[in-house]
Amino acid sequence: MKFFYLTFNFLTFHDLKMINIPSTFKISFRALRVNKMRSALTMLGIIIGVGAVIAMVAIGTGASQKIAEQISSMGSNLLIILPGSTTSGGVRMGAGTQPTLSIGDTDAIIKECPAVADAAPIHNGVAQVVYGHLNWSTGVIGTTPSLLIVREWDLSAGRSFTMQDVKSATKVCLLGQTVVDNLFGEQTAVGQTIRIKNVPFMVIGVLGKKGQNAQGQDQDDTIMIPVTTAQKKLFGTQFPGMVRIITVKAKTAEDLASAEKQINELLRQRHHIGPKQDNDFTVRNLTQIMQAAEQSTKVMTMLLGAIASVSLLVGGIGIMNIMLVSVTERTREIGIRMAIGAKTWDIRLQFIIEALTLSLIGGIIGIIVGISTSVVLSSLSGWPTIVSPVSIVLAFGFSGFIGIFFGFYPAYKASLLNPIDALRYE
Amino acid sequence: MALIESRNLTKVYSLGDVEVRALDGISTTIEKGEFVAIMGQSGSGKSTFMNVLGCLDTPTDGHYLLDRVDTGGLSRDALAEIRNKKLGFVFQGFNLLSRTSAVENVELPLLYNGSHAKERRERARQALKSVGLEGREDHHPNQLSGGQQQRVAIARALVNEAPIILADEPTGNLDTKTSVEIMELFVKLNRESHITVILVTHESDIAAFSKRIIRFSDGHIVSDEAVKK
Repeated sequence: MKFFYLTFNFLTFHDLKMINIPSTFKISFRALRVNKMRSALTMLGIIIGVGAVIAMVAIGTGASQKIAEQISSMGSNLLIILPGSTTSGGVRMGAGTQPTLSIGDTDAIIKECPAVADAAPIHNGVAQVVYGHLNWSTGVIGTTPSLLIVREWDLSAGRSFTMQDVKSATKVCLLGQTVVDNLFGEQTAVGQTIRIKNVPFMVIGVLGKKGQNAQGQDQDDTIMIPVTTAQKKLFGTQFPGMVRIITVKAKTAEDLASAEKQINELLRQRHHIGPKQDNDFTVRNLTQIMQAAEQSTKVMTMLLGAIASVSLLVGGIGIMNIMLVSVTERTREIGIRMAIGAKTWDIRLQFIIEALTLSLIGGIIGIIVGISTSVVLSSLSGWPTIVSPVSIVLAFGFSGFIGIFFGFYPAYKASLLNPIDALRYE
Repeated sequence: MALIESRNLTKVYSLGDVEVRALDGISTTIEKGEFVAIMGQSGSGKSTFMNVLGCLDTPTDGHYLLDRVDTGGLSRDALAEIRNKKLGFVFQGFNLLSRTSAVENVELPLLYNGSHAKERRERARQALKSVGLEGREDHHPNQLSGGQQQRVAIARALVNEAPIILADEPTGNLDTKTSVEIMELFVKLNRESHITVILVTHESDIAAFSKRIIRFSDGHIVSDEAVKK
C-alpha cells in the first residue's frame, strides 16, 4: 500500500517541483562513474537479456520469412493428389503406391471443377543428362504446360512446350537454371540438343530461378518434358496413361476447400468408388501444410522471445540487488547528502536514475550485441535473421521499465534513512 | 531577535521502560556573529543539542527558532531546505565523498538548490580559495592531508553562504599543529565574514579559540561564560 501512496505522491508532483532534474542526472552519472567496475557488472544481466531477446526474435523472424518465401516459391493455393489412400481395406497402403490417377483424370479436373484454376499431371524419374563432354544427373519431370501455371513458374528464356507437344510426345525439354549452369556454363542453352538417358532432346526454354524448397531441395535442378514423352520414350511405364502425382491450383485461397470437395466427388465418380468405399487417392492441401509450418515458426519465435525475456527479468533483479548493496554501502554518503540539504525525492530520484542509467546503457549495449549475434549467426548458417525495429524499440523500452521498477525499492529504502544514524554508520 | 533561539528544548528517548532525557528544558540564545564552544562529557546532551540546532533532529518538547522561524512542525523536506541554505556542517571525520574531486565535493550543496553548472563551479572555486586550497580543486580526498580535507569540508560548509557553521569535534582527527590552523581559520571566518560558528569539543585548548563556552551536563546547561582573553 505504501508503494501506491508514494506513486501517487510522485504523480501529484508535489515534491518534484523543488527538485532540479538535470542536477539529479548529473549526481547519478557521477556516482556510477565512481564505481565503473560494479556498474559494468550490474549491466551484464541486462545486456545478456536484451541481446538474447533481440537475437532470438531475429532468428525466429528470419525463419518465418524464409518459410514464407519457400511457400510462395511453391506456388499458391496448391493441392496435391496422390494415388492410393491412407487406408485400403484392412491394410494400410502408403499414399502413392498403386497407380490410380490418370492423365484423363487431370483433364477432367480442369474441365469440371469450377474452383480449380489449372492442374498438371506428373510422371517423374531421375536421369543422366549429357551435353558435349559434360554430364549431369538430375530429376526429370514429365508433365503438361499447365505445371508452369500451377507452380507459378516463369521462363527466363525460350518458350514452353504445348499441348500439341504432349499429344505428339515430342522430344523437347525445359531446363532448370542449375542444369544450365552445369551443362552450358555461360553458353546459351536454348536451341541446343542434349541427351537424356541417351535420348536426344531439344532445349526449347530455360526455367526461371526458384531457389530451395521447404525440404531444402534445389528446385532449379530439374528438367521438364511432356508427360507422354516421359512415359513412352524415356522412362517407360507399366501403366500407360497413369501418373504418380496430379498437382492442382485452386482459383483463390478461399476456393481451396471447395476445390478439394469437387475433386473428391469427381474422382470418386470417375473411379467408380461406391458410397461405402474409401478413396483410392489422397488429396493434400500443400498450402495449408506450409502455412501451418509458418504459423508454428511464429509461435516458436514468440516462445523463444518469452524465454529470453526471463533472462531480462533476472537482469532486473540483479540491478535491484546491486542497488540495495550500494545503498547500504553508501549509507554514510546518503547521510552527508541529507545533512547538506538533499530532500526525500532528491535521494530517491538519484538512485532511480542510477538504476535507470544502468538498465538503459545495458539495453543499448544489449541491442548491439543482439544485432551482432544475429548477423554472425546469419552468415554462419546461411539462414536469414531479421532484426525488426519494433523489437529494438520494445527491448529498449522494457529495459528502461526494468531500471525504474527494480530501482524503486532500493531508492525508497535510501530515502528513509535517518541522517543522524546514517552519518554514524561505519 | 537572536539568530538561534531555543525555548525549553526537551528531547526524551524511550529505551524500553527507561526514559532518557537527553535534553531537559534548554533555553538559550545565540546571536549573529558569535563564536560559541559547547562542552560536556559524553551523554551530557551536547551532541543532541547540536543535532537539534542542525535541524537533523526534532525536539520532543519546546521550541527551536532559527532566524525567527519555528522549526517545529516543519516537514522533513522543509528542514532539508533550511539545512541547505542556513547551515554548514563540519564533522570530525570530514565526511567528504571519496573518489570525488575537492571541487565536486564543495559543489555538493549547490547541486541540491538548483544552481547552474558554471555558477556552481565558480562559487566552489571561490570557497576553496577562501580556505587556502586554491590549486587543489581536482585532488581527491585520499590525495589530501587531514587538515586539507577538513578545509575542503569547511569550504563546502561555506559555499552556499550559510550564516551558521556547526562543527562537531572538527579537530578530533587532526594533530596539534593542524588543529591550530583549522581553529585559526574558524576565527578568521568569524571575524572577517561574520559567520556564526558553533562547535562542540571536549578539549579546553580548542574551546579557548571561541568567545563563549556553554557547558552541558545531564541534559542541562550548567555554565555559560564568555572566554577571557
